[in-house]
Amino acid sequence: MPSEMVSQSDFLYILPELTLIVGGLITLLIAGFKGKKSVAMVANFAIALMTIAAIILFFLPQDVMRVFNGLVINDSYSIYMKILTLFGAAATLLMIKNFLESRKLDQPEFIVLVMFAVAGMMFMISANNLLTLYLGIEMQSLSLYILAAFNRSSTKATESGLKYFILGALSSGLLLYGMSFIYGFTGSASYDLIAEHLGNPDGSSSMGVIFGITLMSAGLMFKISAVPFHMWTPDVYEGAPTPVTAFFATAPKIAAMAMLVRILYSPFIDIAKDWQQIVVFVAIASMVLGGFAGIAQRNLKRLMAYSSIAHMGYALVGLSAISNVGGSIQSVILYMSIYLITTLGVFACILGMKRSGDSFEKISDLAGMWRNHPVIAVSLTIFMFSLTGMPPLAGFLAKWEVFSVAVNEGLWVMVVVGVLASVVSAYYYLRIVKVIYFDESKEKFDPMSIELKLVLGFATLFTIIFTIFPSSLRELAQHAAQSLN
Amino acid sequence: MHIALGHYLVLAGVLFTIGIFGIFLNRKNVIIILMSVELMLLAVNINFVAFSAYMNDMFGQIFTLFILTVAAAEAAIGLAILVVFFRSKGSINVEDINQMKG
Repeated sequence: MPSEMVSQSDFLYILPELTLIVGGLITLLIAGFKGKKSVAMVANFAIALMTIAAIILFFLPQDVMRVFNGLVINDSYSIYMKILTLFGAAATLLMIKNFLESRKLDQPEFIVLVMFAVAGMMFMISANNLLTLYLGIEMQSLSLYILAAFNRSSTKATESGLKYFILGALSSGLLLYGMSFIYGFTGSASYDLIAEHLGNPDGSSSMGVIFGITLMSAGLMFKISAVPFHMWTPDVYEGAPTPVTAFFATAPKIAAMAMLVRILYSPFIDIAKDWQQIVVFVAIASMVLGGFAGIAQRNLKRLMAYSSIAHMGYALVGLSAISNVGGSIQSVILYMSIYLITTLGVFACILGMKRSGDSFEKISDLAGMWRNHPVIAVSLTIFMFSLTGMPPLAGFLAKWEVFSVAVNEGLWVMVVVGVLASVVSAYYYLRIVKVIYFDESKEKFDPMSIELKLVLGFATLFTIIFTIFPSSLRELAQHAAQSLN
Repeated sequence: MHIALGHYLVLAGVLFTIGIFGIFLNRKNVIIILMSVELMLLAVNINFVAFSAYMNDMFGQIFTLFILTVAAAEAAIGLAILVVFFRSKGSINVEDINQMKG
């Protein structure tokens, strides 16, 4: 292990994280002095800090740089994924800040927890050591448990928080147990030294390492809510207040997928044959369950939970093409970017479903939306088509990329199952479209706030025109993927 | 009898399995689930310390200290959520956590 002193310039590379953490502490002070009144101001402050952090990331050097004795890594991959996470979190905060009061979430601590969770996510993404990874995951998870149960007076919300906590603690136990085996059988917790050990022909895949990687991927699959570790997702999505669900569905998913990609492709690339089976199994199970279980849902938030399970499955399809490392990482990055923006749009619509201050979340509440709100109805239709994977929209290109890398790898079974599962899931996406256009119309919803319109407009525009100009984002993804090669 | 690395790993494995069974077979009380989670984390700690001593590498023991700290924070948050749940539901039986079917 390289044991030099930590140099001052190392702090430059965690400046974005420090911005959020120090900003979060300052926010706590403000909250302590001004109390409940400060929520709106604090939310704007948090959005500003996230923007600053993203700008700092944008100007950081893109070459691979290990800092703090190799505990943290900074490369174009981490920069891209962190900016994406920050974008998701900031856009969500922008959408939800007007909803905190009506959902009894109007305490500045809510915003502080979001900031700490995002800081944890950023550490997860640039972890280069099992210890950093663990601390990042826990920093994120502990904040998320509290956020899920933040509305203390609601039985549903506290129940979802309790379920999330219990299953989350179980998964971090599995993750840690796996880590202990990796540490014991490779002799180190540093990604670089693990890779070095596994690259050695005589030290390669021993039983203990296989055991470790299996347990670790069980813990990590929980964080991206892939089957068979998805049990918490529908309950937490449904039970948690809608603003919290909107946050859960965006930034944490990106960060968790980013850390999964890094850990599988950076230290464990030499035993890829072993973890490939796990990823293929989980991908197939997620796509099938996400496709079928969504059919029976009446609640829009619960439906989005099954939809996210299915989409994580599709992203894992790209991840399992191990012989084309660059292409497969690029397809996953692209898939997650498109998924993030589409989900933001859908949640902008769900948050907008309010009648005289009360929120609605049933699919049947959308009935006849076409007559009262044609623009929002068309946007939601576009998102549903994009989530299904209809050709002219962004979602199609995302699925095309992940399936084509898997086909080149020869994973035909998985691709066929994936395409069939997406046909099944088309049923529930298109049912929403049917309800919007053909059912008896109900009362109007309240007019949307300007922030919701902004996010909705951006997401709609992106989903439509991405297929016409895919190259810029694809180049960024390719550039990011290269640094993991 | 000489106690080797294998013995520690078996002990940790047994404790970890007891922890997992404690979560899944327990039908009564959420507090027992919290205790099972602690048991799992402590089993992991035994693993780390055993490997650390075996390899003469301090990193495992440092890792253990971090796990202990995080486990304390986790227990605090878990109990806080449990208290909040008890206030609104009036019970902490596992069977009563049933408002949503997942």
